[in-house]
Amino acid sequence: MNAILNSARAELLRLRKWPAVWVTLVAWLLLASLFGYVFNYVAYKTGGSNFASEELGNAQIFAALLPENLPAVLVQGMPMFGGALMMVLGAIAAGNGYAYGSWKTVYTQGPSRSAVTAGSLLALTLFVLGVLLATLALFATYTGLIAATEANTIVWPAFSEVAKSFGAGFLVLEMWMLAGYFLGTVARGPALSVGLGLVWTLVLEMLLRGVGGLLGPVETFTQVLPGTAAGSLVGAIASGDPSAMDTPGVLNVLSGPTAAVSVGIYLVVLALGTMLLIRRRDVA
Amino acid sequence: MTNSGDVVVATDRLTKRYGKGEGTRLAVDAVSLTVRRGEVYGFLGPNGAGKTTTLRMVLGLIRPTSGTATVLGRPAGGPEVTERVGALIEGPGFYPYLSGRDNLRVMARYRGLSSDAAEIALERVDLAKRGNDKFRSYSLGMKQRLGVASALMGDPELIVLDEPTNGLDPAGMQDMRRLIVSLAESGTTIVLSSHLLAEVQEICDRVGVINGGRLLRESTVTELRGGTLLRVRATPPDKALAVAMRIAGDDGVRRIGPVENGRGPVDDVETLVLSLPPAMAPEVARVLIAEGADIHEIALLERSLEEVFFEMTTPVAATPTVPASVPNL
Repeated sequence: MNAILNSARAELLRLRKWPAVWVTLVAWLLLASLFGYVFNYVAYKTGGSNFASEELGNAQIFAALLPENLPAVLVQGMPMFGGALMMVLGAIAAGNGYAYGSWKTVYTQGPSRSAVTAGSLLALTLFVLGVLLATLALFATYTGLIAATEANTIVWPAFSEVAKSFGAGFLVLEMWMLAGYFLGTVARGPALSVGLGLVWTLVLEMLLRGVGGLLGPVETFTQVLPGTAAGSLVGAIASGDPSAMDTPGVLNVLSGPTAAVSVGIYLVVLALGTMLLIRRRDVA
Repeated sequence: MTNSGDVVVATDRLTKRYGKGEGTRLAVDAVSLTVRRGEVYGFLGPNGAGKTTTLRMVLGLIRPTSGTATVLGRPAGGPEVTERVGALIEGPGFYPYLSGRDNLRVMARYRGLSSDAAEIALERVDLAKRGNDKFRSYSLGMKQRLGVASALMGDPELIVLDEPTNGLDPAGMQDMRRLIVSLAESGTTIVLSSHLLAEVQEICDRVGVINGGRLLRESTVTELRGGTLLRVRATPPDKALAVAMRIAGDDGVRRIGPVENGRGPVDDVETLVLSLPPAMAPEVARVLIAEGADIHEIALLERSLEEVFFEMTTPVAATPTVPASVPNL
């Protein structure tokens, strides 16, 4: 256990001082702000339509901006670019170490490869939690300000709703981070793993779901894919918000609990797969 | 414990084969070496001889195809071994975006050491002043020194250094040798791989010579260089040769021509190399004078490790650098 904590402390130090990590965080906060509040707020103020759907009325857009809707807005961007960014982070955190030769140095320090990997994943998990907390704080500020200036009363969502949304967001981001870490480990480098991962999340799953509408077996197959699980989990949280449901990547294919279990299975499989691969492999 | 406490590294027919089928390549072939506590062990071989691959197996970074490596009495690569070993293997591998100091702090955290350990190590390799600069801005020599700093953090019992003077300028090499000698004096066992023979000759107690994946020889530097020889220059040449052959035997004399400096022969006196211990020098002198020969020089001649090394690693048919013994009468 000590070795895992030592490894996590070491990994946190190098992640904290890595500009790429902060770029990822800022990119996410920027995109999430734009798609979560800024565009909708501008649409509401100018009387235009929602970026994702032209059918939503101004009242619905306004409702989406209010604090009560915070749980839905918090997670709506996660199946698409939130997950993609976390995957990039996982991929570079694992993959760059092979290009730098730093894993080789780390593996000769003392902790076993399992402890090093567990520590590394622990550090990245803390980062994912930090991302969620930062997003929550930022969004609560936005929606609080909007409500204070535009609405008569401020109604905050129930704590349990926020907690559920936070938990779902964590599962989704953590799964994509682990997927990136796994790909980075398999490819032993950042470029190929980031490329493959992004093609998978942003293109392939969507295409497959499109084809799935025509072919039964493909549809069944898409139901077990990670993107489907993540999208459905977020869909279950955001089901009351038509604006969030229109966000690309947000789905209602699986029920909330099924999606959560599916994401959970991916978490375990990806973490174990990474661990096994790292333990067994020659470090050249 | 499979080894006595005096053996720090022991490998038993350690073998690494890459690839399968016809494309197979034997990188390390049944290497059995022994490193004893407190010594500086030189692992000597040309590029691609299998030095790094062997050391990687000793550190547990790669798995042997067959054979075993035992370090500090335990199977190589386990955490209980690794935490007592420091290593710099095939170039320094660090995070380019971190400063040298932060890189060492990260490694110190892995070892469960405080930041002080990083600071001390930085001082030891003379990098404290450049400690806040990014690793990517370092020269190759500085990167190398940072690698050594990381290897010696926490005073490990064994330090494995793979080509530690790679990329260093002559002054840097000298500093590195001094550092290695001072580590050895404090009782640390050091395994050092190198293709620089002078370096190994200067600081190592024992050497293992590897070529083509096979350990050709393992012994002390002195043993490897063989007994000392006597260099005799006397005139007239035929009389000198006769005396030499009488004392050293027909096979114990080699004629290597006049001594040369950079510009050509110093004089036209022929040089004879006699396979005799230094204690025989007075006897040779006495007989030469008794026979009426003029002695220009009698000196001890030691073979350099380089000469021995090339003899060992060059195929027999090729011309050795030491002239063959062709006594022509």
